[in-house]
Parts: sequence; structure tokens; C-alpha cells
Amino acid sequence: MLKIEGLTATVDGKPILKGIDLEIPSGEVHAVMGPNGSGKSTLAYVLAGREGYEVTGGSATWDGHDLLSMEPEERAAAGLFLAFQYPVELPGVGNATFLRTALNAIRRARGEPELDAMQFLKLARQRMRELSMPEDMLKRSVNVGFSGGEKKRNEILQLALLRPKLAVLDETDSGLDIDALRIVADGVNAMRGPDFAALVITHYQRLLDYIVPDRVHVLMNGRIVRSGGPELAKELESEGYAAIQARAA
Amino acid sequence: MNVVMHQVGAPGFLHRFEGLRDRLPGGRLPWLATLRAQAAEAFRAQGFPTRRVEAWKYTDLAPVAEAGFDEPLTPMDDAMDLPPAQAGARAVFVDGRFRADLSSLDGLPFEVSSVARHLDALEGRLGALARPGEEPMAALNTMLFEDGLLLDLPEGVEGGVLELLSLATASERPSAFHPRHLIRLAKGAKLTLIETATGPEGARYLHNPVFEVEVAEGAWLTHGRLQQEAPRAFQLSTIYATVAAGGTYDNFTLNAGGRLVRNEIHVTLTGPGAACHMNGAQLLAGDQHADTTTALDHAAPSCASRQTYKTVLMGRSRGVFQGKILVRQVAQKTDGYQMNQALLLSPEAEMDSKPQLEIYADDVKCSHGATVGELDAEQVFYLRSRGIPETQARAMLVQAFLHEAVEGVTDEALRRALDAAVEGWWARQEETLAA
Ligand SMILES: Nc1ncnc2c1ncn2[C@@H]1O[C@H](COP(=O)(O)OP(=O)(O)O)[C@@H](O)[C@H]1O
Ligand SMILES: [Mg+2]
Repeated sequence: MLKIEGLTATVDGKPILKGIDLEIPSGEVHAVMGPNGSGKSTLAYVLAGREGYEVTGGSATWDGHDLLSMEPEERAAAGLFLAFQYPVELPGVGNATFLRTALNAIRRARGEPELDAMQFLKLARQRMRELSMPEDMLKRSVNVGFSGGEKKRNEILQLALLRPKLAVLDETDSGLDIDALRIVADGVNAMRGPDFAALVITHYQRLLDYIVPDRVHVLMNGRIVRSGGPELAKELESEGYAAIQARAA
Repeated sequence: MNVVMHQVGAPGFLHRFEGLRDRLPGGRLPWLATLRAQAAEAFRAQGFPTRRVEAWKYTDLAPVAEAGFDEPLTPMDDAMDLPPAQAGARAVFVDGRFRADLSSLDGLPFEVSSVARHLDALEGRLGALARPGEEPMAALNTMLFEDGLLLDLPEGVEGGVLELLSLATASERPSAFHPRHLIRLAKGAKLTLIETATGPEGARYLHNPVFEVEVAEGAWLTHGRLQQEAPRAFQLSTIYATVAAGGTYDNFTLNAGGRLVRNEIHVTLTGPGAACHMNGAQLLAGDQHADTTTALDHAAPSCASRQTYKTVLMGRSRGVFQGKILVRQVAQKTDGYQMNQALLLSPEAEMDSKPQLEIYADDVKCSHGATVGELDAEQVFYLRSRGIPETQARAMLVQAFLHEAVEGVTDEALRRALDAAVEGWWARQEETLAA
């Protein structure tokens, strides 16, 4: 269970998160929706432990771990995964090397044996087929020269390989055509189960047709202003954020 | 108390030369005596250059100029600990002197020998390229060299891989040695020369080699240099190379050891279609200072030159890159590229770079660039968010930074040796960081 209570955070001294309360039990998928600049990515980065995002109050725990006191790599080892809104390019780092290093770091943390190059390749190829990714993406530098859609699929490939228990997907749908969206959604849905929780951040309702959430939360100006079932996403789609804000105010 | 006065710096070396001149190898050869005397005059006039000399603006030789050096007192025991061989064939020099007993040179399709033993046949060749009047370190070398590698690859010979191991020994007082290596590849010959320079942990010495390299038509020399001198050592090396039509001089230099290091390379492309690759990596930490200075002379049309240098700096280290490309008027259709990048891993480290293009031909493609930066925090975070520990994440990004310089090394033996040297360096830094 992810439990966020009264979480406040600043960036460059500017308050961005202004008191977030959110609980995601294992087995559930929750969506966070909100207009641009409302603090969705900030929430994701704070959970993953990015430098420069200063927590000024509140708490976030995952399965009893105090997430906020852990290093980013420790959070990953504890089962957290963030799919970046803007996946980072790593020129000179081969994608295969990157994926294998990450997978083995996670396996080490879980007390599982590391995979050698052959074992890894076999697994990676299988996952890539499932995501309809061309195999040559293993040979290229991480995200360098990838199209927007390829970058997002590479994030989902990492999700499928690392098999986290808590995934935060930050606008993984943006820039995807409908086929890619379906593939990405299938990748996430395949992970669903009693030991998996997800926080799906999105700007549009469209993704939620494919990844049907248990709960939907609306984030505006650093606060969750409304929560509800999947039907809330539809309401947002037809009425827009302004109406919600007016009603919440 | 028994006080021995040693003269230091340039006067010390000149004094030594006066005392030794007849006993130096080839002392009875008039041409060599003249060459040495002229070099001594040049060195007397210039001394160790100060930073007021333009070519030495960023590298302060005071630690060398203020030290006193003795002749190397190579211990007589022959059970020397040699590092593992990089290739089958190896020529070993200890304190600048060829050691046939430690070398393994059987079965090579060409002759490897010692400069000292063949001086009577080297008139007109030794000193043909070096310029003691311009480069004071070449003057010092010419004045005092005792030995060096003598390599002649006959026409069309595939020489394979030869390792040149330069080993220093430790002694109570710092020692200095000045090997003079002569390398000549005849038409169409091919060779990979992997040079390793190293010494025991506490040793203090000045290694001052000069290379004179001639690459004939269509010949190809891959010259890998793995500079892993002892932490307190100085290496000041000067390479002079000429490349004839269709030939290639391919130099890769790793600067990973030493306290104060300069790696100066002068290459002249003399015939159409000649090529020169000069790539390198400098891995610096602590108080290290490393300087790579290249001077590329495009003296013929349709030649190509490629330079990619990467410097990684930790601690209070300082890196220097100076790269001059001269394109003469005859050198139409020149294709020149130079890239020099530095990665600062510590706020106290510093990098100076000075690219210099002098172009007198009009139909030329020449580009250069230089960057100095730090590790990208976003990249580090991306890796850490995947569970990769911070030191490992940083190591991956440093390796990625070096990648572009290292990927050009296509020779397998050199690539292996280089990867091992880079890994060894990184492991030592991690130990230091962990301690
Ligand atoms: N690194 C940053 N530096 C300065 N301001 C930032 C930074 N990241 C986010 N912000 C600001 O924080 C606010 C919330 O941004 P963000 O969390 O990215 O919103 P969202 O993901 O909902 O679009 C915005 O006003 C944005 O300008
Ligand atoms: Mg965002």
C-alpha cells in the first residue's frame, strides 16, 4: 500500500505540492488527472526521489518503508518504478547494457541471481516481442534518436523487465498513436494483480479506456480536489477542469 | 654530515652532459657528437620552458625544473616483475635501456632492435624529424638519449602487434631517462604498436621519450600509448611523425598515470590521401596534471585528419588540450576534424583548451569543437531510479563519455588493453572515494 499524507513540496523555493493525501492499496490502479502545471510530475519525482524537489512536510510510505528518507536506488530496490514523462537520453550507454545493469541491480537487491548476457538477451527479446519493439533498439544508445513513441515503449519495456510492485506512469500516453497506446496499456495491464499497484498520471481520459482505474483523483494547483470512480474521468472529459475547479472551490 | 650538492633542473642536465658526453652511446661518431652538441646549445638557450612560452602556457614545468635527477641506477637483479604481456611480441626497456633478456621477439616478420647498438648506421635518420631547436624536451632528449626502439618494417610486411614496455625502477633519488625511438614503415607495411609506460608505486623519475616515426606510401601504423606511470613520475613525450601518400598514422593515447604529463604530437601529412587519427583519453585525479598538445600539418592535398580527445577530471587535477591544425596552401580538399571534451567530476578540477586553426587553402573542410561540462544530474537520476547505485551510475556515464574516443580503436589487442586500463583506473578511483 502506498500511503501519502499531507505531502507538501517546493521546487526552487516555490510551493508546488500543497498537501496531498492519497492511498493506493496493492492490487489497485489509481489515476491522477490534472491540467498542465498542476504538479503531477512533481508528485512523481518526489516519490522517486529526484534532487531539487524538496519535501517540506507530510509523509509517503510504501509497504511500511519511509520512501522519502530513501535514496532513489533504494526506492527502486523496494519495488518503485517511475516511467518518465520525458525519458532521458544517454548517449554512449547501450540500451542492452543499461537494461541488464538495471535488471541485475534490482535482482541483487531482491536476493535473486544476476542474469548473464545470454539469459538477459533471451528475456529482453521476449518482452520486446510482446511490446512490438524492433530488436535493434537494444543496440542503440538509450533513448538517443528514439521517436517519442519509442521512448515511451522503452519505458514500458523497463517496467516489464524490472517488474516493480508500485509503478508511477507519468503521461506515458502522451505522443502515442492509438496502436502504441494499446500496446503500452496491455503492458501495464499484464502487470496487474494483487501484488501490484499503479499511479497512472494522465492529462487525457483516453488512456483510461485501456487501463481502467479503480479510482480517479483530480490534481489542481498542488491539491487533490476530487476523487471518484472511473466515471470521474468521463466527467472531466465532457466538462473540463474549469468546471471541476469551480465546483470544488 | 656528508652533504652532496646536486645541481637541479636544466643546469643539472647540462652539467651531466658535459661530464658524460664522450661516454654516451655513439660518443665517437662525429655526426652524433655534433647533433648532441647542437641540442645542448638549444637546451642551454631555452632551458625548461616557463609558462611565458606560448606553447607551455598551461603547463608549468617548475616541478621538473626544480628537481634534481640522477642517472637511473637500474638494479642488477634480473628477476624483474613484468606486467602481463598485451600481445605475443614484446620489447622491454628498463629505465630507458633495451633489455633483450626480458624481451620476447622471436618469430616476428621484421627486425626489432636497439638504437644504441646500431648508431653507426643511423646517420641522417636519427634526428631527421625531431626539432631540438623548437622543442626543448626534444633538445634534452637528443643531448642525453642512450637507447631506444629501432623498428624497420620492410615493404608490404604485416607486422601484427608489438608491445613496447617501458618500465622504470625505483631509486632513492629521482632519475631521468630519455629514450629515442625510431620507427619506420616501408610502403604498404602495417603494424600495431602498443606502448605501456609504468613504474613502481613510489618511484620518482622523468621519462622523456622522443619518437621519430616515418610512415611510407600506403603503410598503416596504429600507435597505442597507455601511459600509466607511477603516481609521482613525470612523463614528457614528444612524437614526430610523417605520413606519405595513402598512409595512415593512427595514434591513441591514454593518459592515466603520472604526476605531470605532457603528450606532444607533431604529424605532417606529406602526400595526397595520407590520414592521421589522433584520439585519446585523459583520466585524472588528485594533483595530476596532463597535457595533450597536437600539431597537425596538412602539407598535401586530399588528406584527412581526425582528433577526438576526452578528459575526465577528479580531485584537484588539471587537464590541458592544445590542438593546432595547419592547412597549407597546397593542401586543397583537406578534411580536418577536431573535438575536445572534458568532464569535470570535482569542483576543484580544471581544464584548459586551446584549439588553433591556420588555414591557407580555400577548398577545405575543417571543423573543431570543445566542451567542458559536468555529469548530467538528470542522467544520473534516471539510472538511479532504475535501481543502479550512484557510483555505478556515475561510472556508466563516465564510460559513455569516453565512448566516442575509445570506439575508434578498432585494433582488438589495443582495445582490450585500453578497456583494462580504463577499468583499472576507475576501480582505483572508487577505492579512493570509498576510503
Ligand atoms: N525543475 C523545475 N524548476 C522550476 N519549476 C518547476 C520545475 N518543475 C516543475 N516546476 C513548476 O512546478 C509546477 C508544476 O509542474 P509539474 O509538476 O511539471 O506539472 P504537471 O506535470 O502537472 O504538468 C509548474 O508551475 C512548473 O512550472
Ligand atoms: Mg508533467
